Amino acid sequence: MSTPAVPIPPKKVNRINLEPATYRGAKTTLCAGCGHNAISERIIDAFYEMGVDPTRVLKLSGIGCSSKSPAYFLGTAHGFNSVHGRMPSVATGALIANKTMLGIGVSGDGDTGAIGVGQFVHLMRRNLPLIYVVEDNGCYGLTKGQFSPMADLGSTLKNGVVNDLPPIDICALAIELGATFVARSFSGDKKQLLSILKAAISHKGTCMIDVISPCVTFNDHEGSTKSYAYAKDHDEPVNEISFVPFFEDISVDYEEGSATAVKMHDGSTLVLRKLESSHNTTDKIAAMQTLHETARRGEFATGIIYLQPDSTDFLTLLNLVDQPLALLPQSRTRPGKAVLDEIMDKLR
Amino acid sequence: MAPSDLLAAPADVSSQTRINDFSIQVATVNGSGSQTANLVLLRSIFQMGVPVSGKNLFPSNIAGLPTWYTIRANRHGYIARKKEIDLLVAMNPETGRDDVLALEAGCAVVYDETLKLEQLRSDLAFYPVPFDKIVAAVCPDARLRRLVRNMIYDGVLSRLLGIELAEMDNALTRQMKKKAKALALNLAALQAGFAYANEHFADRPLPLAVERMAETHDRILIEGNAAAALGCLMAGVTVVAWYPITPSSSLCETLIDYLRKYRMDPETGKATFAVVQAEDEIAALGMVVGASWAGARSMTSTSGPGLSLMSEFTGLAYYAELPAVIFDVQRVGPSTGLPTRTAQGDIAFAAGLSHGDTKHILLLPASVSECYSMSTDAFDLAERFQTPIFVMTDLDLGMNTWMAEPFPYPEAPLDRGKVLTAETLQAIGEWGRYKDVDGDGIPYRTLPGQFGPSFFTRGSGHNAKAHYSERPDDYTTNIDRLLRKFETARGEMPAPEVDLRPRARVGIIAYGTSHWAIIESRDQLRDESGIETSYLRLRAYPFTHHIGEFIDAHDRVYVVEQNRDGQMLGLLRQELSGTQIGKLASVRHYNGLPIDARSVTEEIRAHESRMSLPPETSAEDATVGAEEAV
Repeated sequence: MSTPAVPIPPKKVNRINLEPATYRGAKTTLCAGCGHNAISERIIDAFYEMGVDPTRVLKLSGIGCSSKSPAYFLGTAHGFNSVHGRMPSVATGALIANKTMLGIGVSGDGDTGAIGVGQFVHLMRRNLPLIYVVEDNGCYGLTKGQFSPMADLGSTLKNGVVNDLPPIDICALAIELGATFVARSFSGDKKQLLSILKAAISHKGTCMIDVISPCVTFNDHEGSTKSYAYAKDHDEPVNEISFVPFFEDISVDYEEGSATAVKMHDGSTLVLRKLESSHNTTDKIAAMQTLHETARRGEFATGIIYLQPDSTDFLTLLNLVDQPLALLPQSRTRPGKAVLDEIMDKLR
Repeated sequence: MAPSDLLAAPADVSSQTRINDFSIQVATVNGSGSQTANLVLLRSIFQMGVPVSGKNLFPSNIAGLPTWYTIRANRHGYIARKKEIDLLVAMNPETGRDDVLALEAGCAVVYDETLKLEQLRSDLAFYPVPFDKIVAAVCPDARLRRLVRNMIYDGVLSRLLGIELAEMDNALTRQMKKKAKALALNLAALQAGFAYANEHFADRPLPLAVERMAETHDRILIEGNAAAALGCLMAGVTVVAWYPITPSSSLCETLIDYLRKYRMDPETGKATFAVVQAEDEIAALGMVVGASWAGARSMTSTSGPGLSLMSEFTGLAYYAELPAVIFDVQRVGPSTGLPTRTAQGDIAFAAGLSHGDTKHILLLPASVSECYSMSTDAFDLAERFQTPIFVMTDLDLGMNTWMAEPFPYPEAPLDRGKVLTAETLQAIGEWGRYKDVDGDGIPYRTLPGQFGPSFFTRGSGHNAKAHYSERPDDYTTNIDRLLRKFETARGEMPAPEVDLRPRARVGIIAYGTSHWAIIESRDQLRDESGIETSYLRLRAYPFTHHIGEFIDAHDRVYVVEQNRDGQMLGLLRQELSGTQIGKLASVRHYNGLPIDARSVTEEIRAHESRMSLPPETSAEDATVGAEEAV
């Protein structure tokens, strides 16, 4: 059988010559239509487009539906599905041990807002370089739909139970605690979420990204404020994001006053076109005001809410040697006999 | 009534003076600067060549509550706590009365004369000292007097006990060499105390004395926590995560000092280590586990309440097979308990820490030397067995000052365990993270960012390839392999220290700081009651074969430990035969004070005397006695 001589289309590869398939993971076991799957897709796209080598990535999670998802992207990266609400500490230890790795942690609104809120608080304070994605559906999926602390006041469960406690606004909390990259998006907004994730890859510090990610099984009904329908109607972007990675030689035109250009840690450029007139992404107080005002209107602000591109991150603060601690040879970690002798002399 | 009327009759120095065999208790107020005076006292006796130990019995308080320091000097080398006090230094108005009433007749009391303690009893030797007058003369600045005042009793004791003043000077200078002004004031106070005693007590010598020996030559003095910190330094630790808790805090704090001094890269001035003070003990162990997953040598230290919080991550580290070194400096009780007192109460908890089926390796140091050596061992074991290793010390060992031979430099290279290399991969063909290639239960791991395939680490069910699995056979295959790994570890544990006496029918098993009471108690049992004993000191869990053999060789074996429930006995029972279990009796000490020889001796002697009754009653008594010996 002869093959017609058609030209073989060139393989699609990214800047480090890896194919998109390299960025995929195992087949998802989450429900069809789950917002989390869309987020996994965007993570795959972002890492592919940014040309990040997956073997240089640490992907971590806690426990819950969201925390299963690291198995579904970047299959050649080392992954760690830890314990409920404790991913921040594991990520902290791992990145200290090898500061040359890029960390991405996936959590949920229960994993972060309830059992893990303590570790969340301290992760934000430390500004550890980590992309921290909260897949936010307002409920516990694996245990069949109980409210999480991020469910809105007055929203209802499928069986009619009304949530009578106010929600934790994880973005406001993160800004208050010192996070340096705080964003919110919606799993259905491919373009915005992808831009946010790419900008996050360029940032050196904690990137807290709250993504409204509807639970099709337990929280997608009328009365829910985390349903696809509700999210589409109440999504209030504060800015339009243009992200130009450091390896692309493109200049972005923008009008001074209506947009802000931010130079990211890795040399990439982020242009944020204001959609909300009073919003100022690099001003902590303005960012908090935007969150409160949109919440008061019954909407949720999306986009990059707050960004401080040049703050000191935790790994820098630790003043570590260049070589990862995990790879230091014995000659650099066990002091010589003279040191022990000196200490013994002092104790005599 | 003049104080001198109340003094005991002058001792006949030649026949009744006890040389290098006494205990001193110093009662002060927490936060009054007595630590310096007490350490100078301890160190000066040490410098006189006399075996000595110091134990701080302190409150959970920053300042204001009573605190006691006991020093024991003993020419035979017995350095366990001694119950009986020979000399009381009473500086605390609040406790002076009770302290004096608790003494046995014939004891001596050095005290602040304003406390008028001489009015309480007539059967003690009282040495009143006008501390305020003396301190006023040597310390013009009234604000500093409180801190200098205690040094006066050192001077008094120097004269009364015959501790050379020059040695006290040396000890004090060494302690304060960087603070010239404070040193001068303290030296003046020391000398003034000596002068006062010389003037007023020369005709009333104590029946206790220090005489120069050569038993401490070339030895060091160190606290267990500092020794453990030194072990971690020498083990090449790179990531330390901790949360402050008494009595373990000084372990990480000392380690931080050592790391800052000895582990900064000389060329760049950058650190070859990282220390994180975590938000709680859960996060501390989480960081340790994250770091070891990424390939770093990591550790944490804690005490009981922290250990409770660490149970979750310990289970993960056991099941996902991640190294971790965890120091448990044990304190007393469930919940907050007695935070500043000592116990061996976490043994059973640590051995199985976590829900589900888990078994952990415990190392059981008895001395500061073992705090050092077992710390370095712990890192090797953690990486070799890819599992948490618990180093079970206690407050007595961790926070008190002990003598030791200088620590040896570790000659063996670091054992980083089975990390997959290209050669291994070639040799074994197909790699699976949890595949038992060598039959020892220990799989090969790969590290992020380094050679070899990646895998997904998880605390949920997994198979040999680290894939998620809920299959019954995958679960049992894996959990049984973990047991096989534990059995491999059994053969590589530090062997117990065994002293077998050929004619002994009675054996003693103990571990950790109980050791010091046991060596003294064995001599008491032999010398006072003719009971010859053999001794096995446990150094690790899982138990080695030596234990069964030791029990088989004796009629009765006393398991001595510092907890209420006989926790180690419980672990032994899980592994021994019915006949062996039948020979065991439990001796337990759990009042928060370090165990003393006399208590052990009395319990064993009482039990032994019941055993010597006619056979028809003794069999029953053996069982009852075992339960009674609490």
